[in-house]
Order: sequence, then structure tokens, then C-alpha cells
Amino acid sequence: MNKWVVPAVGVGALAFSAAAIVDGLWILGPTAEQGDYSKLLVVHPPVATIAYVAFGVTALASLLYLIPRTRRREWDQLAGASAEVGVVFCALTLVTGSIWGRPVWGVWWTWDARLTATALLLVLFLGYLALRRIPAQEVVRGRRCAVAALIAILDVPIDHFATSWWQTLHQGSSIDLLQPDKHLDTSHNVALLLGFIAMTLVYVWLVVKRYRVEQLENRYEDEGLTLALDARRAEGGIPVGAGR
Amino acid sequence: MWRDAVLVAGKDLRIEARSRVATNQVLPFAFLVLVLFAFALDTNRGVLTQASAGLYWVAVLFSALLAVQRSSAIETADGATDQLRLSGLDPAGIFLGKVTAVAAQLLVLEVALGAGIMILYNTSIHGVILVVATCLFATAGLAAAGTLYGSLAAGLKVRETLLPLLLLPVAAPVLLAATEAWQAALAGHPSDGTQWLRLLGVFATVYLTFGVLAAGSLLEES
Repeated sequence: MNKWVVPAVGVGALAFSAAAIVDGLWILGPTAEQGDYSKLLVVHPPVATIAYVAFGVTALASLLYLIPRTRRREWDQLAGASAEVGVVFCALTLVTGSIWGRPVWGVWWTWDARLTATALLLVLFLGYLALRRIPAQEVVRGRRCAVAALIAILDVPIDHFATSWWQTLHQGSSIDLLQPDKHLDTSHNVALLLGFIAMTLVYVWLVVKRYRVEQLENRYEDEGLTLALDARRAEGGIPVGAGR
Repeated sequence: MWRDAVLVAGKDLRIEARSRVATNQVLPFAFLVLVLFAFALDTNRGVLTQASAGLYWVAVLFSALLAVQRSSAIETADGATDQLRLSGLDPAGIFLGKVTAVAAQLLVLEVALGAGIMILYNTSIHGVILVVATCLFATAGLAAAGTLYGSLAAGLKVRETLLPLLLLPVAAPVLLAATEAWQAALAGHPSDGTQWLRLLGVFATVYLTFGVLAAGSLLEES
């Protein structure tokens, strides 16, 4: 990958985040029903959608890792990196939802199907990350985690369609791609688009960085013993690499 | 595959019958949970009777955790997993066999716990068909998901703490649907419970199918 691409994504993420914040806080007007609380629309749907995307990427990479023909260490690393970032976005979804829910619904939390499914999704992927942290052979750990990710992803459609399948306090989708003006006016659509672009870029940048850390950790595991032996040999005045 | 499943289920059930862990430890634990709920709710019979469906399924869920841990512990002791792998049995058959053994133990436990809530919580059982169907579907789902996660956590030093973290979120929909179906049955409105029964059926089918597909990958490891 070109060495400028990742910094460019990082700069883009910062720029679009700044634009979304300025638009959301100062340009976007309050709505008649919810007043200023509607401004959380710039943050909440984008972080929730990116959480789904992140877990989707984890599941896809896990599936590719499980299939013997496509099994590569990189898929496992990508799955882990995306899950970690996805957990952050999923937690942000719950936090921003609660901040909005307190003034609008009158409670920080309610046992609504959508909220409960999102909380379960967070706990499922926290379990996945706990599984990843357990030391084991790389292939063993990779296969276990891939299966766990594919089980956990089953909650995503339940979470997404919860507002259609059950009567929930949580409103239905505010976004209609075929009729953008159906639920929102143009200024809200623009703000939402800015939020989506910003969060997508933040996600991509974080995943690339986390993926590289995973690669370095694996490299350290691979080469750690050799480096330690070389260091001990150097202390004893034995030439590096002798006796290999 | 089916023949292998019967063999593995028979083996697991024979081990349980000889060791008596299920009857001497898991069953008393389940009763203890029922008694502790009564202490926690200040022995208020009205509340206990009203919440008996939920308390029953929480007790089943906790007991299922123990049964699943026991089921995976059987295979990790004395290198039994390696012997299973070398036996040439179909991995899907092994998975289904272990699910059947766990499900059989859970069904016995559920009957005993049903008697427990009738006596301790003063609950009357109505809508027997819905109650029994709920038990069958919920047990299949719990046993399938439990065995799947039991295989994932098998052989790990942190198995005891990791398994609840992995399994309880997955089993939460079973708890919810089974409780709702039982509440409808106990209230004398079985028709309100059929949609929850369908959800339990979907859950059981998904995890059984997934377990059969993933069994090969899980068995070839470690």
C-alpha cells in the first residue's frame, strides 16, 4: 500500500469529523419534535452502522480463515483488528443512544428489543476478544475465534430488524436510501452523510493501524526467541547467529 | 453420522450414570438456585408464583452451564479428545452425540425443576403441550449452543470463566423466548406462546446446523 494512503485516510477522518461536529453543533437547526437532541443523529446512526460493518468484516474474514483453500494468517489478523474497533463503535452506539434516551424517553436504558440485542452484540464480541487473548497455537486460536465470530454475527440481523420484528420504543430507520427526504430534510441528510463519511474513515484508519499492530505482535512472537538468543549470545561474546 | 451420534451419546450418558455428577451435583445445585431465589425475593409467594417461569429458566440455564462444562471436561481429561479424533468417527456425529447427551440430562433436570417450582413456588402447570414443546426446543437450542461453545473453550485453562462469558449472551434469547412461552402457558393462554416457540425452533435449528458444519474444524484442532 502506498505510504501516503493511510496518513491521508487519517487526515480525512479528522477533517470530516471536524466538519460533522461543526455542522451538527452550530449549523444544523433543532427539530420541532426533539429540539437540539435530534443533533445526535449526526453521530448515533453512523457509529451503529459502522459497528455492524466492523463485525461483518470480522465474520467475512473469519469465514475465509475457516475455509482451508483461503486460509491465511492475514484474515485472522484482520478479523481481530476489525472486531476490536467494532466493539468500540458498538459501545459508542449504546452510550450515544443512552445520552439521547435520557431526555427524550426519560430513561438511560429500557429493555427494548433493539437495545437488548445491541447490548448482547457487545457482550458477544467482548467474549470473542477474550477468546483471542488466550494463548494458544496460532492455527488453533484462529480457528476457535473464527467459529466464535460466525456465531456472534448471527445477532447482527436480529439487532437490525428488531424494530420491524417487535414493537419497540426505539424508532424505525431514519434513513431511506431510495427516498432520502422521506424522514429527514436536506440539512439533516447532509449532516448524516458527513457523519457517515467521518466514521467510515475513522474505522478504516483504526483497523489499518490495529492490523499492523497485530502483524508486529505476531512477528514478535515468531522472532522473539531468536532475538532473545542472539542477545544472550552477544552478552557472552558469541557471534550472532552462531550454532543455528 | 447418526450411528456415531448414538455411540457418543451412549458413551457420555454411561459416564454420567457411573460418575453420578449430574444427580449428585448438578441437580442439587439447580434446587439450590430455586431456594436462593426464594430467599432473594423474601419468600413472597405472590412474586415467586408470578416470576416462576423466568426463575425456572434461569435455574435451567445455570445448570446447563455446569452440564456443558462437565461434557467438555470428559473429553479433555486423559487425552480423550485425541482418541476421539483418531477413532474415525464423523465429527458431526460426535457433536450431535454430545448434544443429545447434554439434552437428555437437561430434560431430566427440567422435569425435576418443574416439580420444584410447583412445590416451592406454588405454581400450577397449565397448557401442558406448550410447556413440553418449549422444554424440547429450548433444550435442543441450549444443548447445541452449549456444546458448540464447550468445544471452543475445551482444554483452555480459563475454561470455567470463559464459558459463561461466551455462552450466556448466546443463550439469552432462549431464556427470553422460553420464559415468554411458559408464561403464556401458565397463564392459560397457550396461543400467545406459539410465536416464542417458533423463535426457539429457529434458534435450535441454527445452532444445530452451525454445530454440525463447524464440528470438523473444532475437532481437528489443539
